[in-house]
Amino acid sequence: MPTTVAAIVNLNHPDHYISWGFILISVANLIVIAILIALFIIAIALPFVAGRPIKSNSVKQVAPETPGERPDGWTASVREWGLRFLPPGKLLPDGQPSYVSSWVYVFGVLTIGALAVAVLSGLVLAIEGPAWWHSSTYGVFVNSLHLWSVELFMGFMTVHLWAKFWMAAWRGKRGLTWVTGVLAFLVSIFEAFTGYLSQTNFDSQWIAFEAKDAFNSAGIGYFMNAMDFGQALMLHIVFVPVILLVIVGIHVLMVRVRGVVPPIDVKPEYLAVALQAATAEDGAVGRHSILANRKVGAAEGEEEVVK
Amino acid sequence: MSRWSDSEKLYASPWVGPQRHYDILKEATIAFLVVLVLTFVLAITFSSPDMPPVTVQAWAKAQPAGFVDIAISELNRTSNSATYGPPYNNSDNPATDGIQTLGPVSIQKILGVKYSLNTAQDFVLKPLSTLPGDPALSAAIAEFEQAPTSVQDHWASVYQAKLSKEPLSSSNVPAAVPGAGPVPELMTKLLSMAQSGGLDAQLLTSSSFYTTNYTRPLMMIGDSWKAQGTASYWGKIVGSQHLSGGQWGVMNETGSWPGQPWLWLYTMLYQVPPMSVSANGDVEVAAIMAVLSIALLFVPVIPGVRRIPEKLPLHRLIWKRYYRDQEVTESA
Repeated sequence: MPTTVAAIVNLNHPDHYISWGFILISVANLIVIAILIALFIIAIALPFVAGRPIKSNSVKQVAPETPGERPDGWTASVREWGLRFLPPGKLLPDGQPSYVSSWVYVFGVLTIGALAVAVLSGLVLAIEGPAWWHSSTYGVFVNSLHLWSVELFMGFMTVHLWAKFWMAAWRGKRGLTWVTGVLAFLVSIFEAFTGYLSQTNFDSQWIAFEAKDAFNSAGIGYFMNAMDFGQALMLHIVFVPVILLVIVGIHVLMVRVRGVVPPIDVKPEYLAVALQAATAEDGAVGRHSILANRKVGAAEGEEEVVK
Repeated sequence: MSRWSDSEKLYASPWVGPQRHYDILKEATIAFLVVLVLTFVLAITFSSPDMPPVTVQAWAKAQPAGFVDIAISELNRTSNSATYGPPYNNSDNPATDGIQTLGPVSIQKILGVKYSLNTAQDFVLKPLSTLPGDPALSAAIAEFEQAPTSVQDHWASVYQAKLSKEPLSSSNVPAAVPGAGPVPELMTKLLSMAQSGGLDAQLLTSSSFYTTNYTRPLMMIGDSWKAQGTASYWGKIVGSQHLSGGQWGVMNETGSWPGQPWLWLYTMLYQVPPMSVSANGDVEVAAIMAVLSIALLFVPVIPGVRRIPEKLPLHRLIWKRYYRDQEVTESA
């Protein structure tokens, strides 16, 4: 078995287990959970880098309106809507509110980084086929990259989820951002599950056999047979990743559209709504935000949306 | 009346306070490179597990009597697979079937059979009928198939009584048992077929040339776990690797690698009464997890829960610079 060929630390032996009341956990799983908790504590406790001020012409969140006729037609309408909903300054910002100042913020982008590594290593595995890695040392290594990128992906996402809960990051009409984030977490669990089924080894056999009872009892088994390797593989490499990437894409776009949630009990004078009449119309948040931006921009001679 | 509260409108409003420099593409690139390096370090240091799959052949060689014990239960339709119910077959014995209900509702039963499984035919008689040039075997198959069910069951029980005296690892499988009809012939030939690897191939055979469906061999191997528990060939591996349900096995991995720690809550629910002792444990745990998952999705609108972060001031640590460092907040 080429399992340990490249390993510096040999984990190919029975694990130690810790039993506490009805709790029974492997040392390996306990270490992972302990690391995640430690990372979260360190991230919120450690002072963040000071950063530097933005340039005077940064963060143009809205394109200046140009005089003349408004373009029409489907294409122009979609383009204009896109520019209003997510102007380039929001999509690719070079400035952030000063409260975005904690190491805990990096776990979102680390999650995406780990997802990218998982996808790339999965693509290499896909080229050679599902059984290649059993007989190739190089294949074992690529499989190891895939496994550890997934462990990192799930771990970073968990810390990100904890952080966003304690920030109450759904505030300020950011409910869809929260919902897509949780959906990404749940779909990722299913994606990992189908990955375990696709390993074509003992793990796959056992997990498929055990999972079938849970699936059958809930009616899911009628649509997904965990013991059908072909179905599990196709779900793992096509169907679920596409859904996951779409959800993650929407999530990231929603973060850009809505912006990073302000601190709880933020000073109202730092928010544009305080500069507006309290009679702001209820409606599309993008329009609402842009109107606010425009007012601020106009008030400051279009130099900078925010100071 | 607006559906948004004043505080929602406030928090949704664009930030016009101090800003700091930020480079989203640089951040994403650095994050990707950090994760890439970290992944390489972890892969080089720890590699990944790969325990080879169990085959019917390995099982039949390691535990000949144990294999035949299960084969008999497939033949007389008393195995876990034979009595499972939907989606594999229709059970006529609620006491032994695998049909689970949540209150008065069984989704499993409502949806019905999809992957039809007749264990006597699919696991024993059809595979044996593919063996060429064996008139005695052909006659035994014909004799068994033509006999009434009551006679078939009697033959099987006579053979089972004789076999039960042997330990699972015994290779002393009875080849002649008075009163067992053609069953000894069927069982010895099936054991021989299994030990040669022929049964693994036949269980996979479907109507087309290609197949990716491992339901039949997995169900047959799994029947040994259901009937013989940790004494079975499969059960010994499962037990030693801490993968069984009672060992929180869903989140565990073979060897000393971390598994799926994100399943800790799902796995824990199986250890807690009433699920731990319930015949409907799977569907009960699934229902609880579904409710909890939906609750997590809708945290922003659940009264009380959505206010927890405001009550427990962990956010003051996260935004400590904003709350405490007036210099940064005011001067940027």
